[in-house]
Amino acid sequence: MEETQMEEGENNRDVEVAPALIAVHPIQKSVAVAIGSDLRVFDLQAGCAVSLVDDSGGPLHKDSIRAIRFGAEGKLFVSAGDDKLVKIWTTESWHCISTVCSEKRVTVFPKNPLDGAHEIQSFCLGHTEFVSCLTFVCTPDYPLGFLVSGSGDSTVRLWDITSGSLLHTCEVGAEAGLLESNGREGQCYPAITDLCATPDCTLIAVAIQRQCHCSLQGVMLISCDFPTRTLSVAKVTGVSNLCGDSPSLARVRVISGFKKSNLDSIEHEPIVLEDNAIPVGEKLLEKLQGSVFIEEKVLSAAAEAVKTAMCNLLIKKQYSTEKREFRKRTRNDRKIKH
Amino acid sequence: MLENQANSNFSKSTGLPRKRFYRARAHSNPLSDSHFPVPLSPSHVDYSLHYPQLFPSSDQGDDSKKIQFADIGCGFGGLLISLSTLFPETLMIGMELRDKVTEYVKERILALRVANPGQYQNVSVVRTNSMKYIPNYFEKGQLSKMFFLFPDPHFKEKNHRRRVIGPHLLDEYAYALQVGGIIYTITDVEELGEWMKACLEGHPMFEALADEELEADPVVKLLSSATEEGQKVARNGGQTFQAVYRRTMLSL
Repeated sequence: MEETQMEEGENNRDVEVAPALIAVHPIQKSVAVAIGSDLRVFDLQAGCAVSLVDDSGGPLHKDSIRAIRFGAEGKLFVSAGDDKLVKIWTTESWHCISTVCSEKRVTVFPKNPLDGAHEIQSFCLGHTEFVSCLTFVCTPDYPLGFLVSGSGDSTVRLWDITSGSLLHTCEVGAEAGLLESNGREGQCYPAITDLCATPDCTLIAVAIQRQCHCSLQGVMLISCDFPTRTLSVAKVTGVSNLCGDSPSLARVRVISGFKKSNLDSIEHEPIVLEDNAIPVGEKLLEKLQGSVFIEEKVLSAAAEAVKTAMCNLLIKKQYSTEKREFRKRTRNDRKIKH
Repeated sequence: MLENQANSNFSKSTGLPRKRFYRARAHSNPLSDSHFPVPLSPSHVDYSLHYPQLFPSSDQGDDSKKIQFADIGCGFGGLLISLSTLFPETLMIGMELRDKVTEYVKERILALRVANPGQYQNVSVVRTNSMKYIPNYFEKGQLSKMFFLFPDPHFKEKNHRRRVIGPHLLDEYAYALQVGGIIYTITDVEELGEWMKACLEGHPMFEALADEELEADPVVKLLSSATEEGQKVARNGGQTFQAVYRRTMLSL
């Protein structure tokens, strides 16, 4: 089993750059990376970059890409963002088969779109801050599945979706503070920025924003125990060893080596694969970032850009009165008249 | 001196608060961030604060009565006061976003409770944004009636998302209403009346009440007569447009 957990980035002209996005083909045929308005796809089987064909001419996207996703069977791929365009690609030839104009900027694709479903089944009430990420987890034993949510209140919660009842709360912030053991963190707990479950849903990788400095620093692994419906912290990866050496934020990392049985032993140590240990990893990096090895300086600059971008994305923007007036005049979320 | 001032807010003859001391802006932005406390979930709503005589202590049993009527945007509370005596056994709450207006309704209810012992114990008001926090106050299928009387019209297309009746918010109202529960809307703005009717008509979980049902429902008459806004419209000889719909089961 391989699980890709990524924090990566790229420096761009200004700090308004959108955080980079990665999508992996359901059966690992290819990897798509979106940075700003740029979309690149790497064919893992052929070991080469794919050229995307779009008949409209001009750039693929005119503004930051905010969401990309492969279809469940991997036949289709969609990309969308601030230019209000949704582009649907066939993964066979990487042709853009359809472009949909959206009224609003697109920031997220639901995994299973509920075609205008009007009947609300339940509300999951309990988070005391904004909810930043969600993922459904289900196993053969529990086909109905559960919902896992991450929030600005620094908790990851497990929900029963039919009743909306809270099954368990994992105080990730408190746990992270505890495990860091340098004791000067105080009361300020970090927000959860992203969640990603392994295909068998026993482990959930949680990206956490650390403390008040707004640096995305940690990746925590949470194990999901379905019979008892609890979440427990399995490993704090990012805080201890991902960021140990350098600003590894600006890199794609593949973490591997989780097996269910391993979890029972305390000695279990997830392995962060080195670039050269990933199949076709070097070629991939070469295509995506120009060369396999990047200078420390470039790397830290990129890390800084990602930090700022991530921070901008998470916090509420504060504008001066002038800026606000200017934004009102130039607002671009008006309805498109047909 | 201070006490004097406080007392002068109340009418000497009726003991009720006087509206002119609770002047408020006509509108409040429903989309802005809220700075008032919101209960985490319906089980966190403290009934003893709202209905002290009916719920003497704050720890209530699960089988206790729940709020069944909600007047969304209750304004100065005219409808609530009329409903309170019409349905003395039913708990009802008004929801209003403007804090001064909420304060007025609160005082009005307290004064009425003092003037009429034993009455008006089933009615209360809360300051909240019902476009955001309905699920925090009511469980699924808890309500039997919801009222939307003379809501802000928001004429510009850009501001239609601020209208309290809309296709997406109706999903939430359908969640809070029990099957067979009724949603009452009325407005003096023809354009908004059409909009509300169209939204309800287009929603798969609402059906219009038949004319004879409207005739038989005593609440329908109150829509235009009980509220301050309705009386104003009647005074000026204006027209009103109402839409009364029932929550149905979603047929698949």
